[in-house]
Amino acid sequence: MTTAPAKAGWRFRQPSVIPGFGLTLGFSLAYLTLIILIPLSGLVWRSASLGWTDFWAIATDRRTVKALEISFGTAFIAAAINVVFGTIVAWVLVRYRFPGRRVIDAMVDLPFALPTAVAGIALTTLYSPKGWMGALLAPLGIKVAYTPLGIVIALVFIGLPFVVRTVQPIIEEIDKEVEEAAATLGANRFQTIFLVLFPGLAPAVVTGFALAFARGVGEYGSVIFIAGNLPYISEIAPLLIVIRLEEYDYAAATAIATIMLALSFAMLLVINLIQSWTRKRYG
Amino acid sequence: MADPELYPADVHHEHASLAVTERPWARAALMLVAFGFLAIFLLLPLVVVFEQAFSRGIGAFVEAINEHDTIAAIKLTLLVAVISVPLNLVFGVAAAWAIAKFEFKGKAFLITLIDLPFSVSPVISGLVYVLLFGASSLLGPWLKLHGIVILFAVPGIVLATVFVTFPFVARELIPLMQEQGTGDEEAALSLGANGWQTIWHVTLPNIKWGLLYGVLLCNARAMGEFGAVSVVSGHIRGMTNTMPLHVEILYNEYNAVGAFAVASVLAGLALVTLVLKTLLELRYGAEIAATRGH
Repeated sequence: MTTAPAKAGWRFRQPSVIPGFGLTLGFSLAYLTLIILIPLSGLVWRSASLGWTDFWAIATDRRTVKALEISFGTAFIAAAINVVFGTIVAWVLVRYRFPGRRVIDAMVDLPFALPTAVAGIALTTLYSPKGWMGALLAPLGIKVAYTPLGIVIALVFIGLPFVVRTVQPIIEEIDKEVEEAAATLGANRFQTIFLVLFPGLAPAVVTGFALAFARGVGEYGSVIFIAGNLPYISEIAPLLIVIRLEEYDYAAATAIATIMLALSFAMLLVINLIQSWTRKRYG
Repeated sequence: MADPELYPADVHHEHASLAVTERPWARAALMLVAFGFLAIFLLLPLVVVFEQAFSRGIGAFVEAINEHDTIAAIKLTLLVAVISVPLNLVFGVAAAWAIAKFEFKGKAFLITLIDLPFSVSPVISGLVYVLLFGASSLLGPWLKLHGIVILFAVPGIVLATVFVTFPFVARELIPLMQEQGTGDEEAALSLGANGWQTIWHVTLPNIKWGLLYGVLLCNARAMGEFGAVSVVSGHIRGMTNTMPLHVEILYNEYNAVGAFAVASVLAGLALVTLVLKTLLELRYGAEIAATRGH
């Protein structure tokens, strides 16, 4: 490596004796372009060719706005619920020893592995007024199936592993000496957890929240069965895209999809900023 | 970790364990909350699938599975997975090779682009192909003229599945191969192996468990994908219905036993995936990339 004198100036790639750079990068780029980039830019292009007035009319249509509100609102609530319970689950799995821990740990990934349509009909059956959970909640006057609450339940199911799997490795890495130091300096357990440990977990928790939220916003399969899909009440944005497509209203489908994409990317950007800020602050 | 010579284990650890863990009642409460949450949100839905599938007995279950359209759906799902998983496998290896073994400009951006499909709603993943190949698209009339059918047929379903499962193998292999570096390959090359020999005899054995792990997750998603496939499939019974779509049709026809019978097959597949995944993590955890999840 050191035998060749370093050349000044811009260079696309560092020299290497390993072969196949051109072939593998070329193939990867071609495949990426064909499968992902061309279809996605097609969406943006079609949306741009709508013209501003048409686009604005679709974007401010009451049904569109409501559907976006419902999608983003329920995804936010579900991700918040997952942050609380997902962190507790991760804590219990890392810190405590009990029989069946491995099995429970593996079960956390169920929402990744279970097809969303299966989760959808299972949750709907469970929370319908005659279902096991539905019958339990009905006397309390709580209706879950065919209401926005049902959407939240489905999104909690879908988002849980994102939070647990992001927070878990960070809890594993916590240096016990930090806790010991806090305890030695007179902090009680509550103070140690909330003032010493949680700030360190914050970036992971924010990331888990972001992943669960992003996934929840776009989720379709598990939601449409339990939601009841009433326009203005429990109709999510991805479903509205499908409805517009079935009406051959490609313009509306395209516009809603573009808004969803733009909002998701903006959100991820903001969350990335928050994350790098928390990392600087507490990292 | 405390140095045992500096801190005699007996006194110190007794003391430390009280300070760095929760009181018994707090432990019990946290465990109760965690188990209760997991039981309600993960276990119950899984139990319901099998309970409903067998609610009318095994005979009704077998009958529901052994139905013409169901068998067609199972075959189509297998076909789609058999095509789309190898495609993404080849891409994953190629992309990981380029990214992990070389230093070049724009690498971070490329990794972001590879992860892009994860942040796109499945419905939009299907929609982009409808816009690209549909009757109102630029390509639509040309395709029709030449008799090429993509949408509402197997090619469209495969394309949507490839889109959705695109990152799985690549994102598993990239961190793994980055961690392994280029030393083994350089040694093989310096001993006279050519490029293909190096990949086949050196790199692939190094990454095989990570590769298997990625393929496992990729396959589970390919067989279970609903939203993207639903948009491009056209829902033609016995023709373009994958298993998840067939579940939806049966469920909407109020055929609960049929829907849950097919769903239980998919749930069984998910459980097998989880078991294999856990075994891979337990045995080859060190050889599988640290970035778990998805």
